[in-house]
Amino acid sequence: MIELFFWEGCPSHPEAKSLIEQILGELGRDDEVVMTEVTSDEEAERLRFPGSPTIRIDGRDVDPVGANARPALTCRIYYLPDGRVSPIPSRDQLEAALR
Amino acid sequence: MSIELGTEAPFFELPGVDGYDHSLDEYRDATLLALVQSCNHCPYVLAWEDRLMAVAHDYAHQGVRVVALNSNDVSRYPEDSFERMKERAGQRAFPFDYLFDEDQAIAHALGAEHTPEVFLFDEERKLRYHGAIDDSRDDNAVTRSYLREAIEALLAGDQPPVTETDPVGCTVKWK
Repeated sequence: MIELFFWEGCPSHPEAKSLIEQILGELGRDDEVVMTEVTSDEEAERLRFPGSPTIRIDGRDVDPVGANARPALTCRIYYLPDGRVSPIPSRDQLEAALR
Repeated sequence: MSIELGTEAPFFELPGVDGYDHSLDEYRDATLLALVQSCNHCPYVLAWEDRLMAVAHDYAHQGVRVVALNSNDVSRYPEDSFERMKERAGQRAFPFDYLFDEDQAIAHALGAEHTPEVFLFDEERKLRYHGAIDDSRDDNAVTRSYLREAIEALLAGDQPPVTETDPVGCTVKWK
């Protein structure tokens, strides 16, 4: 199961969803990406949501290190392999999680 | 709703991470003044940070001043506190002033909505470019460097080729 948790205050989730679907297509899969909007601090706490977007494959965060950040309605920070900051996971990170 | 092109820069006097207060008047000698709505916690700000630093560095000798403003509600986003601003600026050695707009007055006056969001004022402090730093958060994918193009044009006495773009990034965190 592929889950994408997002907060509408951050613009990154459409790009993340699109990248996931692109990778799924390349892998010949048609899994649904289940979208869940997080709308309050309480929900963020309950869902252990460290920021938008948070992507879990069968319950496992695609970025386990970042998953431990404080739950909050915020844009999530990801680090690309070359050290640059990105608002979405890298393609490599998503591919590895989806394989 | 952000201010319209041609609008005068709003007055401000705000504390900076260098320990001094900075006002609009202090930048009176600048040929151009770029006010950039910013913060610490936003990945879009961080993704663009090196490019903003490069702009500040590259045009400083031509009298262009870049000033970053953080107006976010620190009670909900503690990474954006004044202390954390000082830490960030020190770690990165920002070549620009980084000011704390705690009461959000300047963000309101500019009509800022995002971080990062650029307001570039000319020598008479009229708004001449508003929007994104360039056209991609991914520095490998940039095809248009809006802020640089606007600076180059204004320094040459011309109109910026693009005067308004949609800033992409986090929202300003209002109280």
